[in-house]
Amino acid sequence: MKSATSNVRVPSVDVLADGCLILSHRLSEWMSNAATMEEDVALGNIALDLLGQARGLLQTLGDEDQLAYFREPQEFRNPVICELPNGDFAVTMLRQLFVDAWLSLVWPALAATTDDERVRGVAEKAIKENAYHLRHSSAWVSRLGDGTEESHRRMVGAMDALWSYRGDIASDAWYDVTEPVLSEATLTMPPRDAWTQRSSADGWHSEHLGYLLAEMQSLARAHPGAQW
Amino acid sequence: MSKNWPLWEVFIRSRNGLHHSHVGSVHAVDAEMAVENARDVYTRRGEGVSIWVVPSAEIVASDPRDKASLFEPALDKVYRHPTFYEIPDEVGNI
Repeated sequence: MKSATSNVRVPSVDVLADGCLILSHRLSEWMSNAATMEEDVALGNIALDLLGQARGLLQTLGDEDQLAYFREPQEFRNPVICELPNGDFAVTMLRQLFVDAWLSLVWPALAATTDDERVRGVAEKAIKENAYHLRHSSAWVSRLGDGTEESHRRMVGAMDALWSYRGDIASDAWYDVTEPVLSEATLTMPPRDAWTQRSSADGWHSEHLGYLLAEMQSLARAHPGAQW
Repeated sequence: MSKNWPLWEVFIRSRNGLHHSHVGSVHAVDAEMAVENARDVYTRRGEGVSIWVVPSAEIVASDPRDKASLFEPALDKVYRHPTFYEIPDEVGNI
């Protein structure tokens, strides 16, 4: 644990909260569209875990609904990779592996360093949830990478699509977590020093976030204060 | 795609349960995925502490047409039920 966390950059709580929120929304877009009902439920479970983590953290920052539904894209701090479109199942699973690997390092580091008891509570609960998420995404990446000709081709395509978006989440420890999975998946990890996208730390995002928020925020903006 | 995935029967042992009970089935390409799918589908609300999965094809079932010969002879044999003596509370579950 110590060696894994020592070179991990612990992101600020807003980066983490927004990352979980936005990725949760992306995963929820799979509902009713996954290849099997079982996978549909699995993705729904993971999306709800991430939503719970996001809510727990947003509540420490202010009014959770206000923060989720009434901020503009440039005010979000999520890693850009979280907002990328789902693509095919290969893209979704590789994106999930990359983010799960990041969170597997971040949650323990956050739990060990935060002064805020509420944040530590969220992090400690998330450690167990994340362990299962990482197991799920790792299993799918190695299955698809080391599967049929087509599934391998799609995983290679996913790698091409996502590698340049690792900038916000990669660290030496992150490469150590992801490399064995990629190797088992018979996928070649591109160079660590390959170009990576501009950080979202200053509010820079891809064009995809605006469309995602338009859908996610539309109900709350049309009916402010709406209750079930 | 799911049509090609084998079916697995799922058995869950509940938190205070003494044995695994059949809860349903899942599709999965192998045992590992079957356990994970069973976890996702059948233990979302804290139902279980242990999961068994068995390939559905490996289950040998009695033939419904044999129902009369297999089960009906037991119906009128009340003396097989342990209802003619009292079990002390101390015995607990049998």
